[in-house]
Amino acid sequence: MEQPSSHLKIRRANGVSVVEFADRKILEELSIQEIGEELRQLVESEAGIKLLLNFKNVDHLSSAALGMLITLNKKIKEHNGKLKLSDINRQIFEVFKITRLNRVFDIHETSQQALAGFQS
Amino acid sequence: MSVPEDFSVDEASLAELVAPSDLRSAKASGDRILAELARHKYDSDTIFAIKLALEEALANAIKHGNRNDPSKHIVIRFHIGDEHAAIMVRDEGNGFRPNAIPDPTANTNLERPYGRGIMLMYAYMTKVHFNEAGNEVWMLKENPTRPPAKSKSRSLRR
Repeated sequence: MEQPSSHLKIRRANGVSVVEFADRKILEELSIQEIGEELRQLVESEAGIKLLLNFKNVDHLSSAALGMLITLNKKIKEHNGKLKLSDINRQIFEVFKITRLNRVFDIHETSQQALAGFQS
Repeated sequence: MSVPEDFSVDEASLAELVAPSDLRSAKASGDRILAELARHKYDSDTIFAIKLALEEALANAIKHGNRNDPSKHIVIRFHIGDEHAAIMVRDEGNGFRPNAIPDPTANTNLERPYGRGIMLMYAYMTKVHFNEAGNEVWMLKENPTRPPAKSKSRSLRR
């Protein structure tokens, strides 16, 4: 079931909250704070949350977005949950590599692979 | 500060925008520059790089330079040509020392949620210069797919 949300599309799959971004420009500076807040509320609503962020609709991000993701990752760990990222395009993945954040985040090529990772 | 010498950009060719110091106005200015890049047929990777660096420069100017004071302004000067794109962003703040920012890729800093903007600007642009005060940054990006010089294409057609 999809929950209405201004920036995020959220569905459940095998006990995992799968989050997609509602539009391509979503990780621009302007909307970051609001997205961070929506994700924080989602994490706090479920102890031990398994959260998959699907980046298939994302074609831009900024250092503010990276900061938001780092803060989210810490929050999820505090709540004994797990965060995985998937479907990151080549240009965006390059940003993760340049900043070495590909070592901080659990990144999978596809959402299917990420979902399987939650079950193992 | 005038255009850095090694940019090889004529001062007279620069366009100037003055925008109120808020993210929405900055985005509108940024969109004008992105439209110019598209008009000059820059490729997707180069536009991605310039957009990223420009957004970091604008965010720094608004948040750290002008400290989110909406009564202040940012000044953007730019020249988008077939060979390269040059962009300057200046704020009304006291500036900072770019060298004093810790390396965000060091293991001890990897999980800090801030401090990556300047590093990304250096990583994605061909040249980046700050003025001495640190409230003005000049960035240059070479166009890797620039069309051949006109005289050459003419001779090819003959």
